[in-house]
Amino acid sequence: MSRAITPQAKAINTGLAWSVALLIAFPILWTVLTSFKPEPQAVASPPIFLGFDWTIQNYIDVQDQRAYFRYFVNSVVISIGSTLLGLIIAIPAAWSMAFVPGARTKDLLMWMLSTKMMPAVGVLVPIYLIFIRLGLLDTRIGLTVVLMLINLPIIIWMLYTYFKEIPADILEAARMDGAGLREEILYVLTPMAVPGIASTVLLNIILAWNESFWTINLTTVNAAPLTAFIAGFSSPQGLFYAKLSAASTMAIAPILIMGWFSQKQLVRGLTFGAVK
Amino acid sequence: MSTKSSRLAARLMLSPSVVLLLIWMIVPLVLTLWFSFRRYNLMYPDRQGFNDFGNYTRFVMSSDFGLAVLNTLILVGAVLVITVVLGILIALLIERPMWGQGVVRILVISPFFIMPPVAALIWKNMFFNPTNGLFGEAAKYLGLPPFDFLGQAPLASIILIVSWQWLPFATLILLTALQSLSGEELEAAEMDGAPPVSRFFYIILPHLARSITVVVLIQTIFLLGVFGEILVTTQGGPGSASTTLPYLIFKEISLDKDVGTAAAGGVVAVILANIVAIFLMRAVGKNLDA
Amino acid sequence: MGQITLKAVRKSFGEVHVIPGVDLEIADGEFVVFVGPSGCGKSTLLRLIAGLEDTSAGQIMIDGKDATALPPARRGLAMVFQSYALYPHMTVRKNIAFPLKMAGLSEAEQAKKVDAAAAVLNLTAYLDRRPGQLSGGQRQRVAIGRAIVREPSAFLFDEPLSNLDAALRVTMRQEISELHQTLKTTMIYVTHDQVEAMTMADKIVVLNAGRIEQVGSPLDLYRAPDNLFVAGFIGSPKMNFIEGAEAARHKAHTIGIRPEHIGVGSGNWEGTVLLSEHLGSDSFIKVDVDGIGIINVRAGGELGIHHGNRIRLAPDADKIHRFDQAGKAIR
Repeated sequence: MSRAITPQAKAINTGLAWSVALLIAFPILWTVLTSFKPEPQAVASPPIFLGFDWTIQNYIDVQDQRAYFRYFVNSVVISIGSTLLGLIIAIPAAWSMAFVPGARTKDLLMWMLSTKMMPAVGVLVPIYLIFIRLGLLDTRIGLTVVLMLINLPIIIWMLYTYFKEIPADILEAARMDGAGLREEILYVLTPMAVPGIASTVLLNIILAWNESFWTINLTTVNAAPLTAFIAGFSSPQGLFYAKLSAASTMAIAPILIMGWFSQKQLVRGLTFGAVK
Repeated sequence: MSTKSSRLAARLMLSPSVVLLLIWMIVPLVLTLWFSFRRYNLMYPDRQGFNDFGNYTRFVMSSDFGLAVLNTLILVGAVLVITVVLGILIALLIERPMWGQGVVRILVISPFFIMPPVAALIWKNMFFNPTNGLFGEAAKYLGLPPFDFLGQAPLASIILIVSWQWLPFATLILLTALQSLSGEELEAAEMDGAPPVSRFFYIILPHLARSITVVVLIQTIFLLGVFGEILVTTQGGPGSASTTLPYLIFKEISLDKDVGTAAAGGVVAVILANIVAIFLMRAVGKNLDA
Repeated sequence: MGQITLKAVRKSFGEVHVIPGVDLEIADGEFVVFVGPSGCGKSTLLRLIAGLEDTSAGQIMIDGKDATALPPARRGLAMVFQSYALYPHMTVRKNIAFPLKMAGLSEAEQAKKVDAAAAVLNLTAYLDRRPGQLSGGQRQRVAIGRAIVREPSAFLFDEPLSNLDAALRVTMRQEISELHQTLKTTMIYVTHDQVEAMTMADKIVVLNAGRIEQVGSPLDLYRAPDNLFVAGFIGSPKMNFIEGAEAARHKAHTIGIRPEHIGVGSGNWEGTVLLSEHLGSDSFIKVDVDGIGIINVRAGGELGIHHGNRIRLAPDADKIHRFDQAGKAIR
């Protein structure tokens, strides 16, 4: 609905929008700045904005003292693993619901989504006990499966909305052209849905990366991802602002950068295909 | 558009998801139900056996229960209102022509990428902290006494943090919807003599209805489970001032080690969540021909 | 080979009987057009033949073999969809080669056949483009190319021209007819446009509410429609129907007379001109005839007749169609 406007109006918009945007992003920008400050300057009063002694010592300290990299690897493995696993299970399901809808398809979708409304804490104990029994506690595989399950409804829903945009004609054409179900999904549906699948993957990596209930409660050391790493800074280390900032920056940077680079797909993904 | 074989294939391909989600839902639920009727306290492993509805009465009758339910509803409701209203305003603002729209958009979405514990820690230490936080500094600069946000207004502080995290989501969805509104519709309204405020209420807002629905639905799902933010900031306190239902259950386990009561709480929470879910699906599901 | 036989084929969706029961014989090499108003079941019938829908009852035989339970891929048919249904992520070359790839042909064979088809359809210059970069007519040709490389026993067309503009539709119509003359393969063509049916078909199947109203050559249907429905559907502009006294005079419940079978100038019908459209080659005149009602007439091109004129009309007595109370033709 954009329309041509005068340069003055554009300048005012620009000023306003930038102020709002900087305000919203300020906590992040401030954290990143603080992470480069020496500890005393981080808590200086009044606060120092740019004129401090830039250092990367905090990052080195965090890696040395808290073994950042190990958590990072766990986060990567768990978030990517759970997303891919979810995708493999969700693509056929979404195909079914989008192209062979039944009377109850919508109810089924809503039911799937409603499983996400279950308060996780309500079932923490049973899951915890089951995990102990199965030897899954504090394992990457266990966490991967849990994150896959909690994000599965979202993956299915997103894929479903993307698949529905694909004309059924084209899949039927493939069938007429001699494609079996496997070829139809592999050569026609999936390539056509690549933008949608990409959005789904991105959003779910973010959700998995940031999931902080199960990741904190089901891990101790071996499988602990960055959420657990950062929770370790609750107190009293939280009072070392520079180090806390460095650790925070390290925890959020990978996903922040990925998000920035894939903004377009992500915006599509964020709207869950529900807004055109 | 289907044949018997494609319907069969559809059923086969749907079943793994359905079975997995059923297991994921039912097994813990059944175990929770079982525990909820048992005496099961990690501090007193010798006390066992059935407790009838003892755990339930203990949980529901506890002075914190009503407060926790209320806090949960306030948290969800307040965050929804704040994010939708601000989301619409910001979307209207950044949708207009400007220089550097791409960067503005990146800045605005950024909070969405921040994991809850990080968001909570940043706000808690670097903003809310009355002595070293930026808000404290600002108060000092203005000559005001420092305000202990997490101590004096714990729930509001948490609402602020959570709203900050979800504002980008609401803004983006509403922005996308706004961009799909045809300029002609607005120009027609302008020709008809509608002032900007009427254009907003009669054309823009109805156009956004569906997206607002999506925002409410998705956010509610996530907001009902807000946990990390509370754990890291107030731990439900002071007292129980910022204890939500999920956090109350967590306290039963982590402080009282009372698995039985926590399980009863879990069942109660599941029931309440389902009520909210049904209510929401009814109200909103129709709007979503997803 | 491409002989298709439908025996008592039925299709129901729950309680709704879309096709209550159809028997039809399609000979090898025939160009058959299914025509009827929207919702008459013509597309469903085509999809049943294609195997994209299951029949609820009955049998579909292709070249003498029972194909009722075969999946679409194994029926040896090719289909051109209304939306063209091209694969948007593949180049034209890959689109056309897709059925060959599915059939397991080698790359070299695929290339040979694709090049041959492209040459026939004037697509050689576009082989490396994506469907999105093509015009409507070109997309249509790609869809046809994808169908012909399979060398199917029959082609199925589902309203293939309805997304094209009027001029292009005429060209493509001729191209498809020429293709049929070259390939001599059975073609089944679904359309709601009776002009397409008349111009292209060897045999027209007129469908209404899932039932076959009449089967015959275009001129058979034009000359001797079996019933009111066919009479009204075939021919443009539409046949005039007259009931009441005038019909009774011809010992019928309803009589029909085509606009082109009414002479202007003399005759015993007299009426007032309501509207006259001059097309140059023809004039379409709408006349309110006294005691009969509104009659459309197709007359010669340069006629000086205008709104409000009183004119006399003479229906050609030999060309009057008579129908009984049930709408059946009286012969």
